[in-house]
Amino acid sequence: MKEESDINLTRRLLVKTLMAGAAATMLPLSQAYGAASAIDWAAFFQKRFQELTPQEIGRLIIRLEAKYKKTYGRDIKVKTTPPIDNVEFAYALNLSKCIGCRRCVYSCAQENNLSRKPHQIHYIRVLRFQSGPIDFEKAQHYYDPREVPETGYFYVPVQCQHCRKAPCVKVCPIKATWTEKDGTVVVDYDWCIGCRYCMAACPYKGRNFNWAEPQIPPEEINPNTHYLGNRPRMKNVVEKCTFCVHRSREGRYPACVEACPVGARKFGNLLDINSEVRQIIETKRVFRLKEDLNTDPRFFYFFHS
Amino acid sequence: MLFLLAGNSYAAKEFSVPYPPFSPGIFPCMACHEGLDRNRNKRQLADMHQEIKIIRHGERWCYDCHDARNMDRLRLAGGKQIRFEESYHLCGQCHGNILKDWKKGIHGKRTGNWQGEKQYLLCVHCHDPHNPPFKPIRPEPAPVKPEKTLLNRQPTSK
Repeated sequence: MKEESDINLTRRLLVKTLMAGAAATMLPLSQAYGAASAIDWAAFFQKRFQELTPQEIGRLIIRLEAKYKKTYGRDIKVKTTPPIDNVEFAYALNLSKCIGCRRCVYSCAQENNLSRKPHQIHYIRVLRFQSGPIDFEKAQHYYDPREVPETGYFYVPVQCQHCRKAPCVKVCPIKATWTEKDGTVVVDYDWCIGCRYCMAACPYKGRNFNWAEPQIPPEEINPNTHYLGNRPRMKNVVEKCTFCVHRSREGRYPACVEACPVGARKFGNLLDINSEVRQIIETKRVFRLKEDLNTDPRFFYFFHS
Repeated sequence: MLFLLAGNSYAAKEFSVPYPPFSPGIFPCMACHEGLDRNRNKRQLADMHQEIKIIRHGERWCYDCHDARNMDRLRLAGGKQIRFEESYHLCGQCHGNILKDWKKGIHGKRTGNWQGEKQYLLCVHCHDPHNPPFKPIRPEPAPVKPEKTLLNRQPTSK
C-alpha cells in the first residue's frame, strides 16, 4: 500500500514539474494542437499490460471506458478476462468444405471492431487456388464470382496461425506482443510503437497495421470488448486475430466458427481429448501452412468430406 | 401444439438441435394425412407434393424414410419410428462415417460454446434430404485493394 502511494507521489511530483515547465516550453505545442489536454498523462505513463497490478488495471479500464464513451457516445465494456487454466486453444479448418463465401471475414470484422472502408482491415484472407497443389504464388484473394464454390478451385482462409514459435513475438523490440497461457498471440495496442517488424516477420500475413484512424460507425461498434482483443484501436498500431479473446475465454466459439455456413471451422481445447480439434488431429490427416519454417502453428488444416 | 405434446412423450434429447427446416405450414403432416388412405405403391405423385423431386440422392421413394403409419414420424430401415429431430439416425444408416464425425463435432456446424452447451444443426439443415448437395451461395464482396484506399490516392489538384 505504502509503496503504491509513494509511486503515485513521485509520479504526481513529476507531472507537476512537467506541467510547470509546460507553461513556458509546451504552450506553443498545445496551442498548435488546439486543446489544453493534448497529452493524456495517465496514458503517457502507462506501463506494459503484463506489468500492471490489478489495481492499476482497474484504473486503466475505467479511464479507457470513459474515453470510449466520449469518442463513440456509447457504453463500451472493456474486459480483462484472464486465460482459463489447462486450456490451449487450437483451430482446425476443413478445406474440403470451405466454399470461399467470406462470411467469416465479415463476421470477424463486425465482432472485432475492425476498420471499415476505405481503410479496410480484415483478419481473415480467403485465398483461392486452382485445383492442384497449394502454390501461394498463384493464389488470389480478390476473386469475386456471382456464386461460390466455383468448379476447378478450392479455398484456403488464412488468419493468424497462433504459432508456438511465433516469429512476430520474437522480433518485437518492446515486447508489445506475446503468447498468452492459453496459446493466443495478443498485442498491447497501448504499448505498440507501430514499427511493423512483426508484420515483416509473419510468414502468413496474419497482422494488420492501422495506417489511418480506424473508421467504424458508432452504431456498429460491438460494445463487448477485451483489452487484448477487440477494444477500439488507434492509428499506428498493429492488430490481429486473437481467437476472439473476449468470447473464447468465456467458453464461447469465436465469431468465425459461428458464421461459417458449411461448418468448416472448428475450435477448441487442444488439451481435451474429446474436443473437436483434438478429435480431428487424432483421426484425420492434418497439416499446417509453411511447416518448413518451423513456426509450429496452432492452426490446422485438413481435407475431409 | 400437437407436435409439442407428442414430443414430450419421448425421452430426453440426445443432441440439442433447432427445429427441423420444414416448408412453412407443412407440419404436422397428419393434419392432412389423418383421414387419407395409405397408398404404398411407388408412383408419380399427382395431387400433392409434386414439387418434391428426389435429385442426386439415388433411387428413393417417400416411404423409404417417411413412416406410412404416422406421417409425423420418420422410419428407420428396421421399422423403428423416430422423430424429425432425430433424423440423423436415418441419414446415418447409409452415411455412417459421417454420422460418427457429426457426433464428435468434426462434420457439420456447431454454435454456442466450445466449453459447455453447444447447439448442433441437423443433417437436413444444410442438406435438403430430397436434394442433398450444398447449394452455391453468393460470396461477400472482395476486400478493398490497397491502391484504392484514400491514403494511396494521388492528389487531384496541382
